[in-house]
Amino acid sequence: MILNFVNAFFSDHAHWTGYDGIPTRVGEHVGYTLLALALAAAIGLPVGLLTGHYGRGGNALSLIATAGRALPTFGLLVLMTLLLGFGLVNVMIPLVVLAVPPILVTTYEAMRSVDPSPVDAARGMGMSEAGILFRVELPVALPLILSGLRSAAIQIVSTATIAAYVSLGGLGRYIVDGLYQRNYEKVIGGASCVAVLALATLALFWAVARVAVSPGVRRSA
Amino acid sequence: MSGFFDIPSDLQHSWLGLVGLHLREALLPVLAGLVVALPLAQLCVRFRWLYPPVLWVTTVLYAIPSLAFFVVLIDYTGQTELTVMIPLTVYTLVVLVPAIVDGVRSVPQETLAAATAMGFGPVRRYVQVQLPIAVPAIVAGLRVATVSSISLVSVGTLIGNQGALGNLLNDATIYNRPELAWNAVITMAVLAILADAALVLVRVLLTPWMPSGTRRRKTGARPEPAAPALEDAAR
Repeated sequence: MILNFVNAFFSDHAHWTGYDGIPTRVGEHVGYTLLALALAAAIGLPVGLLTGHYGRGGNALSLIATAGRALPTFGLLVLMTLLLGFGLVNVMIPLVVLAVPPILVTTYEAMRSVDPSPVDAARGMGMSEAGILFRVELPVALPLILSGLRSAAIQIVSTATIAAYVSLGGLGRYIVDGLYQRNYEKVIGGASCVAVLALATLALFWAVARVAVSPGVRRSA
Repeated sequence: MSGFFDIPSDLQHSWLGLVGLHLREALLPVLAGLVVALPLAQLCVRFRWLYPPVLWVTTVLYAIPSLAFFVVLIDYTGQTELTVMIPLTVYTLVVLVPAIVDGVRSVPQETLAAATAMGFGPVRRYVQVQLPIAVPAIVAGLRVATVSSISLVSVGTLIGNQGALGNLLNDATIYNRPELAWNAVITMAVLAILADAALVLVRVLLTPWMPSGTRRRKTGARPEPAAPALEDAAR
């Protein structure tokens, strides 16, 4: 039955063009996702890298992460909309709050799990702290850091549907509109687009890891 | 902020009633998820080839937006709590299965060999040796699952006031009373933090042999057990 809905949704030509077409909605959805991921990475990565490098603040970090997870995404969205009115900012705030904890915690953990002996060797050879961070620790920690970014990205892809609840676009449009119109074909079509987008995210991160992670690290991992 | 606890009568619950409802809708799925994840994880440990596909399936299921999941289920289970709890149960698997698999796999071979040498059968070895050693990893997974479950229940408000504290969000919008939204967000955050703390306490009680120093290192700072495991799946 679900497959029938999926088939009906995707074979309807009206769903492929125009303002409410699948390409437009996917584009908007990807836009929100990239923006939220970029903001969350801009916050989470530097903090995680530095605290992980110096090995300090792990407890404070996990407290922050727990607090960030504890804030309900949907609740924040409604609250922000009541306070700030409709707009992109109040969608980005909950999404960033959602995505920062996994990035932060995984980055910190990745940096902590780097074998200390090459780090000591690098320091003994006279490398600067920045050099150690970027040329020794970061390449070794990269697979785990990427996996943190990936789980953040998947959570954002799935959750960015809430943007539609406060009048913005994205694939959530189909789900929210379908709910109010009692049009299950639309809901399921939208949901399957999101699932496909999530799979594409997995594939993208796999490809990035292939290219970016040094072969030596990949072999030992 | 007057009327912070003045719950509109259409919700037919007091504030405490909503808290109780919220905890039930959030925690039962975690429990159900654990019941499903334990045997599933054991299968993945036993048959290694099963693990990557299981991770892929749980990840894809996790990516289905909760609202869409609810709407699909309405046809089968109606606008009830069950419709909210089934997706939440499914979502917990993406965290719990890797956490348990990691935990059980982290048991050293020598320990297993010692248990076998002492005459432990496979079942007794699993229950008395592997599970206790895996407790820190399992609890780490439970913490993430519980906290996100408490947050996700609120989306249930969109399918006919099945969101417990989340229903306050809807009422905040339709009655234009932002303090109700504050109430919902703050209460859910506090519930999540309390549940998290309770799980930490459970772990401390269940693993009395762990010295406090390494405990912090191994589990407190490792709340993302899904991350390294998902790494396997993408390879």
